[in-house]
Amino acid sequence: MAFVVAIIFLVIISIALQLFTPWYFQPIASNWTGIDSTISITMWVTGFVFIAVNLFLAYCVYKYRYNKDRRANYEPENKKLEIWLTSFTAIGVAALLTPGLFVWASFVNVPEDAVQVEVVGQQWQWSFRYPGADGVLGTADNAYVTPENPMGLNPADPFGQDDLIIEDKEMYLPLNQNVELLMRSKDVLHDYTVAPFRVKMDMVPGSVSYMWLEPTKAGRYDILCEEHCGLGHFIMRGSVVVAEQAEYEAWLAEQTTFAETQAVAVGNAQAGAANYAVCSACHGANGGGNQALNAPKLAGQQDWYLRQQLRYYKSGVRGTNPDDVYGAQMAPMAATLVNDTVTSNVIAYIQSLPNDPAPETVSGDLANGEALYNSTCSTCHGDDGTGRWKVHAPALAGMTDWYMVRQLQNFKSGVRGAHPEDQLGYQMTAMVSALADDDAINDVVAYINTLK
Amino acid sequence: MSYIPIADQKDEMHDPHSFIAKYVWSMDHKVIAIQYGTIAVAVGLVALALSALMRLQLGYPDTFAFIDPAEYYQYVTMHGMIMVVYLLTALFLGGFGNYLIPLQIGARDMVFPFLNMLSVWVYLLSVIILMASFFVSGGPTGAGWTLYPPQAITEGTPGADMGIILMLASLAVFIVAFTMGGLNYVTTVLQARTHGMTLMRMPLSVWGIFVATILGLFAFPALFVSAIMMSFDKLLGTSFFMPAMVSIGETLDHTGGSPVLFQHLFWFFGHPEVYIVALPAFGLVSDVLSCHARKNIFGYRMMVWAIVAIGGLSFIVWAHHMYVSGMNPYFGFFFAFTTLIIAVPTAIKVYNWVLTLWEGNIRLTVPMLFACGFIFTFLHGGLTGIFLGNVTVDLPLSDTYFVIAHFHMVMGVSPVMVLFASIYHWFPKMSGKMFNVTLGKIHFWATFFGTYAIYLPMHYLGFLGVPRRYYSMGTTEFLPESANTLNANITMAAIWVAVFQLVFIFNIIWSLWKGKKCDGNPWEATSLEWQTPENPPAHGNWGPELPTVYRWAYEYSVPGVKADFVPQNIAPEDVETTDGKPYIGHED
Repeated sequence: MAFVVAIIFLVIISIALQLFTPWYFQPIASNWTGIDSTISITMWVTGFVFIAVNLFLAYCVYKYRYNKDRRANYEPENKKLEIWLTSFTAIGVAALLTPGLFVWASFVNVPEDAVQVEVVGQQWQWSFRYPGADGVLGTADNAYVTPENPMGLNPADPFGQDDLIIEDKEMYLPLNQNVELLMRSKDVLHDYTVAPFRVKMDMVPGSVSYMWLEPTKAGRYDILCEEHCGLGHFIMRGSVVVAEQAEYEAWLAEQTTFAETQAVAVGNAQAGAANYAVCSACHGANGGGNQALNAPKLAGQQDWYLRQQLRYYKSGVRGTNPDDVYGAQMAPMAATLVNDTVTSNVIAYIQSLPNDPAPETVSGDLANGEALYNSTCSTCHGDDGTGRWKVHAPALAGMTDWYMVRQLQNFKSGVRGAHPEDQLGYQMTAMVSALADDDAINDVVAYINTLK
Repeated sequence: MSYIPIADQKDEMHDPHSFIAKYVWSMDHKVIAIQYGTIAVAVGLVALALSALMRLQLGYPDTFAFIDPAEYYQYVTMHGMIMVVYLLTALFLGGFGNYLIPLQIGARDMVFPFLNMLSVWVYLLSVIILMASFFVSGGPTGAGWTLYPPQAITEGTPGADMGIILMLASLAVFIVAFTMGGLNYVTTVLQARTHGMTLMRMPLSVWGIFVATILGLFAFPALFVSAIMMSFDKLLGTSFFMPAMVSIGETLDHTGGSPVLFQHLFWFFGHPEVYIVALPAFGLVSDVLSCHARKNIFGYRMMVWAIVAIGGLSFIVWAHHMYVSGMNPYFGFFFAFTTLIIAVPTAIKVYNWVLTLWEGNIRLTVPMLFACGFIFTFLHGGLTGIFLGNVTVDLPLSDTYFVIAHFHMVMGVSPVMVLFASIYHWFPKMSGKMFNVTLGKIHFWATFFGTYAIYLPMHYLGFLGVPRRYYSMGTTEFLPESANTLNANITMAAIWVAVFQLVFIFNIIWSLWKGKKCDGNPWEATSLEWQTPENPPAHGNWGPELPTVYRWAYEYSVPGVKADFVPQNIAPEDVETTDGKPYIGHED
C-alpha cells in the first residue's frame, strides 16, 4: 500500500513541478520558436505516457496485492494486445519525431541572406570576427596564430584585411536579421551556447562548424562554453548584445580591422626612455618596483600585459573601484601616455630594463604553496611562472611578491576583476576561489618566489 | 568416437582442495562472480564518495576550499568512468553473468573456467591501474568520462600527463578482461545448456546477459582502438585525433587529425554500452517481477525479440550523442530516426512488465519493491530520452543538466535499482541465508525517494540552461537565486542517498554473518538455479545428474496445478494437479 501511495505521490509531485516550476526555459530571443513547440509536443506526449503507465502500475500493485487464497491469472501472451500496443507506440513516436525533423531541416539549411560572423574559441576566451566592408571573411588557420595575429588570419589574403577583429568577450548581433555563425577553435573543443537563442554548436579545431539564427529580441545575453574544454571551462564566458541596426553598425564602426591591428607601431625604446621618467618616480629607474610607494616591479613583465593594463587604467576598467586606493594613484599616471605610439615606446623601454628578481618579502608553507600552484595556477602561468601570452597570463616569477599578494586579495574581494569589461580579470576572480584564505595566498606567493 | 555435446561431457571439474584454490585462484563461476561483485562494489563506493564531493562543490560553491577546479574535474571524470565501466558493466556481466548463466541454463560451470579466473584477476589489475592514477603527479585525468581529445591530452586539462595515460591503459586492460569473460559467457550459453534447455526456454536474465555480452564483444574494440590511438597521439606524437592547434601559447606538432573521429569511435562503443548495462537489467528485473508477482512474464517471446532488436539497433544510433558536435548536421536526420525507433521495443518491455503485474498475486518483498521502483525510474529516464533523441529538442538541452538528469535516471538509478533487486533476490541462493527485511525496506525507501529528489529537479536546471561540467556558475545574467538553493537541496539529497547505501552494505555483511538460514528456494521460483541439490550450490552445481528441462522458466499459477509454480526441471508426470487430470502446461 505504501508503494501505491508513493507512486501516486511522485506522479503528483512531478506534474506539480512541471506546472508551477520557477525554473524553465528563458524567454526565447531568436526565430527558433519551432524548437519550443517541438518541446511542448514532446512534453505533452511523454507526460501522458508517464502518468498513464504509472497510474496503471499503482493500480496493479494495489488491486493485485498478495492474497494467499487467490491465484494469479495465467496468460502467457496476448497477441492482439501486443500488436495494438506496438502500433499505438509507433504512431506516437512518429508524431514526436516528424515535427522535429522539419525544424532540423531548416536549421541545417542556412538562408542565403544571412550575415556571416565568425566565433573563435580558445582556452578559455572568446573572440569574434566580422567580414568588414567587402562582406567576405578572409581565410584563417591555426598555423598563422602569433601574439600579433591571435585569430590566425592569413596575412596574404586580401579578403581578410578589412575583417573586424574583436578580441573581447562581447559581441554584437543585428536584430531581426539572419546571421550565420561560423565557428572555429584554436585549441580544444568548445561550444557556443546562448540559451535564449535555443541553438548551440561545438567548435572543433581543424574544421569550421556552423549554425544560423535570427535574433528577435534586443538585449544582452550570456555566452557560455558548453563543451568541456579543460580547467577553465566554467570561466569561459562572454556576452552577446542584440541591437537595432543603427546601434549594431555604430558598434562595428568602432572596431579595428585586421590591417589596422597589423600596423601597430613597433615601440622605440630610446624614444620611450623620456616618457618613462614619469614612471620611474615610483617604479624605479630600473623598473624594479618600490614597496614603500606601492609600485610593483615592471622589468621582466610581458609587453602585451603592460599594454593591456595601461589600456585598462586609461579606460577606467582598472583603478576606478573605490576600494582600489593604489589603482586610483596609477590611473592618472597612465593617462600621461597620450597615444598608442607613446605607450608602445614606454613598453619597449621597459622591455630593455634588466630583469633582476625582486626582493622576497613574503613567507609561507612552500609545500602547500607548490601544491596549490601546480593544481591551479601553473596551467596558465606556466610551471616556471614566466607567463603565457596565449592565455593572457602575465609573468609571476621574480616579480614583486607583496604586489601579487595584494592583487590576489583584490581578485578575491572583487576590488579587481569585477569590472564588466575586464575580460581577463574576471577569470582570476573565479580561479582565486582555489585559495581559501590569506595563508593560502602567502603560501602560493612564497612558492612563486622560488621560481626564478 | 561419436560427438558428445559439451553439456553431456563428463568433464574434469577441477575440484578445489585448498583454501586458496577455493576462494582466491578459484575457477568456480560462483566464486568468480562474488569476486567480480566485491571488486565492483568496492570501486563503486569510491565513485559514490567522489559524487558526494562533487555535489558539495555544486551545492555550496566557495565553501569547501579543498575542492579546487582541477580536483572537481577529476572527481567528475573518475566518478563517471568508474560507475559506467568498472561498476555497472563489471557487476552485471562479471557478477550476475558469471553467477547466473551456468546455474540458469543447467551447466556445471563456464566452458572455459581458467579463462574465467584470468578474467577477474585482469579486471582487478585494471582497477588497480585506474586507482593508481589518484597517486601520480598531476592526479587522475579531469577530461570528463568521454575523454574527448584534444583536451584530454593537452596541457589545459588536469591529469593530462600521467592521469590520462593510466586511464587509457586501464581501459585497455579492462577490455582484455571483459573479452576473456565475454567469450566465455557467449560460448557457455550457446554450447553448455542442459537437456531440454532450448534458447526459447532460457530465463530472460540469461537472454539479457547473453545479448549484452555480444554487444560488448562488438563495441569494446572501438573503445580499445581509440584508447590505443589516443595513447599514440600522447606518447608517440601521432595525429589520429589531433589537428594543428595552439595549446596554451604553444603551437603543437600535430596536424591533420580529427577530434570528431574519436567521438564517433567513442560513441560507437558508448551507445551500445548503455545497453550493455541496460539489457542485463531488463532481463534480471523481468525474472524478479515474474517470480514475485506469481505470474508468467507477459509476452515472453516479444520480450526476447525486444532484447535482440534493442541490441541490434543500439549499433546504429551512436551519433545522437553528437548532434551538436560539429559533424555534418545532415546525419541528424538519420540518427534521430533510428534513435526514436528504439523507443518502440523499449516501450514494449515497459508495457510487458506492468502487464506482468496485471492480474498477478503480488508479493511486495524487498526485491519486488526495487523491481517496481525500477519501472518508475526507467519510465522516467526513458521518456526524457525521447527529448534528447529528437535532434531538434536536443539543441537547447544538449550539455545541460537535463542530460545529466536523464542519463542518471536511465542508466544510473534504474540499473542500480535492478542491481539491488537482484542482489536481494539472489542473496539467499548465494549465501544460503536471508537478509534483514526491515533494513532492506529502509534501504529501498531512502534510495527510491532520495534519487528522485536528486534528479527530478535537476531536469529543470537543464531547462533553465545550466551547463554541465561547471565547477561553479559564478555570475550570470539568467540564474535566479532559487537555482542555488535548489542546487544545495540536491546536494543534501545526494548525501542522504549515499549515507543510506551504508545500510545496504551493513545488511549484507550482517546477514552473511548472522542471517537466518533459508532453504534453497525461498521465493518459490521456477528457474533452475533455485532447484540445486545444495544451497548454496556446491562446486559443479548439480550433484551427479544434470537437470533436465521440460518447460520455460515462467510457469506460475497454472490453472489446475496444486502449487502456484512449476519448476523447469519437474517432469510433467510429477506435477500434482488438483483434479487428477494430467498436467499439460506451457508449450513453446
